[in-house]
Amino acid sequence: MNDLLAARSQMAMSLAFHIVFAAIGIAMPLLMIIAEWQWLRTKDEVYLALAKRWAKGTAILFAVGAVSGTVLSFELGLLWPGFMRYGGAIIGMPFSLEGFAFFTEAIFLGVYLYGWNRVPPRAHLFAGMMVAVSGALSGIFVVIANAWMNTPTGFHIVDGKPVDIDPLAAMLNPAAFAQTLHMTLAAYAATGFVVAGIHAFMLRSDANNRFHKSALAIALTVGGVAAILQPLTGDLLAKMVAKNLPVKLAALEGQFATEKGAPLRIGGIPDEGAGVTRYAIQIPYGLSILAYDDPNATVKGLNDFPATERPPVAIVHVSFQIMVACGMAMMGVAALAAWRYWRARRKKSNAWLASKWFLRALVLAAPLGFVGIETGWVVTEVGRQPWIIYGVMRTAEAVTPVPGLIVPFITFTLLYIFLAAITVWLLLRQVAASPQAFGSDAQEVKVAA
Amino acid sequence: MPLETIIAAVMTAALIIYALLGGADYGGGVWDLLASGKRAPAQRALIAQAIGPVWEANHVWLILVLVILFTAFPPAFAAISIALHIPLTLLLIGIVLRGTTFTFRAHDAQRDDVQRRWSLLFSIASIITPLLLGVVLGAIASGTIKLENGVVVSGFLRSWLAPFPIAVGFFALSLFAFLAAVYLTVEASEDELQEDFRLRALIAGITVGILALIVFLLAGTGAPTVRAGISRSWWALGLHLFTAVFAVGAFYGLWSRKYRLARICAAAQVTLILVGWALAQFPYLVEPDMTIYSVAAPRATLQLLVIALAAGVLVLFPSYYYLFRIFKGEASTPASSAGRNLT
Repeated sequence: MNDLLAARSQMAMSLAFHIVFAAIGIAMPLLMIIAEWQWLRTKDEVYLALAKRWAKGTAILFAVGAVSGTVLSFELGLLWPGFMRYGGAIIGMPFSLEGFAFFTEAIFLGVYLYGWNRVPPRAHLFAGMMVAVSGALSGIFVVIANAWMNTPTGFHIVDGKPVDIDPLAAMLNPAAFAQTLHMTLAAYAATGFVVAGIHAFMLRSDANNRFHKSALAIALTVGGVAAILQPLTGDLLAKMVAKNLPVKLAALEGQFATEKGAPLRIGGIPDEGAGVTRYAIQIPYGLSILAYDDPNATVKGLNDFPATERPPVAIVHVSFQIMVACGMAMMGVAALAAWRYWRARRKKSNAWLASKWFLRALVLAAPLGFVGIETGWVVTEVGRQPWIIYGVMRTAEAVTPVPGLIVPFITFTLLYIFLAAITVWLLLRQVAASPQAFGSDAQEVKVAA
Repeated sequence: MPLETIIAAVMTAALIIYALLGGADYGGGVWDLLASGKRAPAQRALIAQAIGPVWEANHVWLILVLVILFTAFPPAFAAISIALHIPLTLLLIGIVLRGTTFTFRAHDAQRDDVQRRWSLLFSIASIITPLLLGVVLGAIASGTIKLENGVVVSGFLRSWLAPFPIAVGFFALSLFAFLAAVYLTVEASEDELQEDFRLRALIAGITVGILALIVFLLAGTGAPTVRAGISRSWWALGLHLFTAVFAVGAFYGLWSRKYRLARICAAAQVTLILVGWALAQFPYLVEPDMTIYSVAAPRATLQLLVIALAAGVLVLFPSYYYLFRIFKGEASTPASSAGRNLT
């Protein structure tokens, strides 16, 4: 493994690890404050128990997210000093703003997690809202910086150096809006589905537990709404890619030849040697319509780009297909849930969850959001290669001259495997502890009702 | 005042606050390892209670230093990241282990053997992290990171694997342990615990003095520019005088059990030490090749950054005050908070 590949692997591994915690950090506070708000509104203790239980899990996940995020901010320099020397002045601004958002998040999370008995209930709910808002802002600022790497704006190049730097124009780059929207919704959808899946799993053996029913309703509402909206933002993002990053569009669609009225390929395996994508289901004119709103639009194929400017096609195309499939399946499950809820409401019944098949579907759908997030980032990052700043700086130019980068790569990989194992183990302990604790909660509630 | 100077001052201030708050959290880890006697469990519980609600917020000061550095002075960030790749990577591992093991300990089984295992990892990480932070700062101050045409030519070991940076590492560790012990005398609610941390603070304070002398002597060859700054500048005498006054004040406060006085004096002492270093190194970021003026980002970036910092501080300080009033204020002692719960 050469040093460039080791550096890329370390960055990819660090991002893949952190994004899970970052997404949960964005969405989990929203679930907690909805539960807490329900408690304040209805005085139903089950919601308080829920907010507290979720907060416990969030405490562990946030700590891992905070330190793995720190690792990434150092790695910008440790692995890509060329990028930071060139781009720091242009794109440091969203990172600075993210710093303050992270500050607000950490401060109010401290109040939220440790302040149950120290601040009045409304102040506590307010702290939770601050965490939810600043968590979302943190994510948005970081994704803006990533969007700039895809569609760099806010400077001119004179003699190979950036001049006329305008950090605001850099933040308002063409990819920023669609990318931040897509990622923020993805965080809510993925987290909502995981949480709903866990509570659905518990309900399969404990069907009347109000704790899990309430939890599932909140998580699936947040996750489901996001999942149903997500294809719209995906479409927005795809059109942005078609306009600004044609080579990436060609790679993620497996489009080798330039074609008028290009078909949409579902599935399939690109063969880069032969220059064709095999085994795909083709929908005639589909890609031209999706990308340019015109069935006869011409889609530029990979063959029309120099070989030195093409990303690895197979991994980008396959990852894209997996991401879309996950998104579509989640949208389907969300629509099914909405239909079941609507039907039950019409019959004045509460039994929308009373189906083993539906619960099983929710359990199966639980990991799809995070599979979608991981593969989506593979599409974004690998699809931009060989560039670190699209069209401006190659990844190979940005890498550190420090030798032996395989050592930190392996070290951080082992460290993260250890952290992941312990985190999963501790969360499982909490989930396993729940039936006893919540059996009594549910009973109390019944008596009270 | 030039924008570069303002931003460098803010960056220094953020680093000082990180030392005063985040540093004390690491110091807590040192005393977790050294907890002893029949009150060892109570000592550990007090430390955990003191760190728990605030360490994540305190940690963000370091992130702030980092983002200011790479936004306002990108070439310096790149050079430091290359020359100090190894200690920075080790520092990161320390940061990761400290934060996660502290949280894991709080959420794992409360059995003694499980807790002891996490405590050991947590306290070791709390010791190596400030050591490495000191090594990194010492290496930057030493003026041994050399560049030619923007390329680091001083290698990946030479600038930090030297007596001066290592001495600074131990000095930073002793300062953080000192701060933690002093703060804990205020935060302890029982007399016996206060006495435990009073003794620890006094011992740590003496260690700080010895290590300060060693660092000063090693700076003669290890960091000549900084040494010249802190011995011969016009401000040097005043600075040493005030630092000495506060050091004596901290000792007097500890000795006579006026812990709040000791806390203020200890914080002021650490602040002045860092201010002295920053003034002595000014205007160099990476001496002798990079000053804050020679590697600063263009004016548009600096202006926007100053605005962002000002706006950020407006949000940050009230929030921070709120956090500390809840968990560190008068009302945070168990007796009064229990009283509040009843109402």
